[in-house]
Amino acid sequence: MATDFSFPDSAAKAANLPREFEPEKMSLSMGPSHPSTHGVLRVQFELDGETVTKADPIVGYLHRGDEKIAENMTYNQFVPYTDRLDYLAPLANNAIYAHAVEQLAGLKVPDRVNAIRVITSEMARISAHLMGLGAYGIDVGAWTVFMYTFEEREKLYKLFEKLTGARFTTSYSRIGGVSRDLPPGWLEEVDAFCKQFLPILDEVLGLLSRNKIFLDRTVDIGVIAKADAISYGLSGPNLRGSGVPNDLRKDRPYWGYEQYDFDVPVGSKGDCYDRYLCRGEEMKQSVRIIQQCIAKFPGGDWFARDARRIFAPPKDKVLSSMEELINNFMIVTEGPQMPAGEVYFEGEAPKGLLGFYIVSKGGGVPYRMKIRSPSFCNLSILPKMCVGNLVSDVVSILGSLDFVMGECDR
Amino acid sequence: MTTAVEIATALPSQFPSATPRASADCPAFSVPAAEAIAVLQWLRDDQGYDFLMDVTAVDWSAEQSPRFTVVWHLYSSTRHAYVRLAANCESDTEPAMPTATGLWAGAGWHERETYDLLGIKFTGHPDLRRILMWDGYPYHPLRKDFPLAGLPTELHDAEIAAEVKEGVIAAPMAGGPFVATPGEPMSEAEPRAKDEAWNEKNEKPE
Repeated sequence: MATDFSFPDSAAKAANLPREFEPEKMSLSMGPSHPSTHGVLRVQFELDGETVTKADPIVGYLHRGDEKIAENMTYNQFVPYTDRLDYLAPLANNAIYAHAVEQLAGLKVPDRVNAIRVITSEMARISAHLMGLGAYGIDVGAWTVFMYTFEEREKLYKLFEKLTGARFTTSYSRIGGVSRDLPPGWLEEVDAFCKQFLPILDEVLGLLSRNKIFLDRTVDIGVIAKADAISYGLSGPNLRGSGVPNDLRKDRPYWGYEQYDFDVPVGSKGDCYDRYLCRGEEMKQSVRIIQQCIAKFPGGDWFARDARRIFAPPKDKVLSSMEELINNFMIVTEGPQMPAGEVYFEGEAPKGLLGFYIVSKGGGVPYRMKIRSPSFCNLSILPKMCVGNLVSDVVSILGSLDFVMGECDR
Repeated sequence: MTTAVEIATALPSQFPSATPRASADCPAFSVPAAEAIAVLQWLRDDQGYDFLMDVTAVDWSAEQSPRFTVVWHLYSSTRHAYVRLAANCESDTEPAMPTATGLWAGAGWHERETYDLLGIKFTGHPDLRRILMWDGYPYHPLRKDFPLAGLPTELHDAEIAAEVKEGVIAAPMAGGPFVATPGEPMSEAEPRAKDEAWNEKNEKPE
């Protein structure tokens, strides 16, 4: 008897399969420890083959109750906790937090403090974007970028250490000023860093921007429509990548941002590639801001001298004058004295708009503090973005959102 | 386009029940809970407040009534201004508020967080689960009657709980955050005076 060795028509065969062989949905849990989730994010997927049909991000693995903690300590004591929100850009968080509390007190800080805050925030932005860029490179298969960006980040950390005494958790701001003035020669070092950084940045971006593999992994992947970006309350490069030109540094300038000439990069399609381009360009604009700021760096005080019940007096006065000693003691033990009231301030942190809503009943301890974290809002769009994409694209999407779980979970 | 100052007169004339609220920065209004969504929609559609930046709530402590106030912050990308809206929850024991998810998709996670940490139920929310704490956690930790040191709870996973045969013990807070509430005698503001943790000397609260 002759055997039929021809290939079976698999399509015809599949059509005649009984119902029990119909494809079923598979559930897959990605994280909480997964290299591409950048921290402890867990995403519960429902897959049809390799296509995502449902995605449910599960956050909170890094929840430390920062808002509860804030209600139980003085305003200055909370500064170190702001380091640990977006721990890739602590200097920006410190400054935005301090500004929110100062707004509650109606306190104007000297120009020098504002200039210091602008420089440190923009340096933090460069450092955070370098991290985001390097990690994104690894996510989509480009190791080299990470090595370049980490070398630059290391230079920034050396500068941070010189300024604040700490590389990572800087705690540099105080309510009404900063913890110490700039060390001598520091601005020149920042200027030198900026000069050598721009060519290196171009080289790093050159590794990715026209790279065929990188383009295949990012172009037209994870498109966020303009209306969705607004509806989900995205901010930062994720919002601007979708073509919404919102930047509080331009729209509602604080710390004297209106004096500096810089552009706000905006994407056209809202895909992963646009978000990457926005971050790359933002670093260049940050360098521009830093250089302008250094060129006309104001002199004067590095703390608000008239804020006697808010900013602790200088140490030599504390040791020589009874009045100042008492004042110092009261500020340290009872906290900077704030009026009763409510305030909401948000500023452009590297990940987006970091906001603090503070309810005060007077005294040195906030009654309620809500932290509006950009990563939390940016992640909320994930269920919508992932559906219809392949699992491998999810890695690309997660990296392009550039979130930090410390800030998301608080 | 009207300016931020004009919203201070435009909103009360559109909604007579809205009352101005003390604020150190942007215009702020208190509205009745039943009208909150209508006001939010009017702000978004007619006044250009297109971004919902934040939804949160304040617990004014168990002795106060109304106890819970839900707070919305809106931002307008055209007039570059904020507005704050607040509404008191009618019930102090079962606080509830209509959801804003119909207006902004981003309200979903903010409301889940507010429900999780303060226990305010957003009626009409499509998926009101806990978000930062785990499913099945029995408390709302941002309420003022929840102690800083935490309360012991069963492990959320029944299998793990059966394996180790005990609940989660919160970390001791001895020498923890220095609390100095204004108006309090300094002796009681000592770090250890406020220590709510339990240990060999301090009995575990029931």
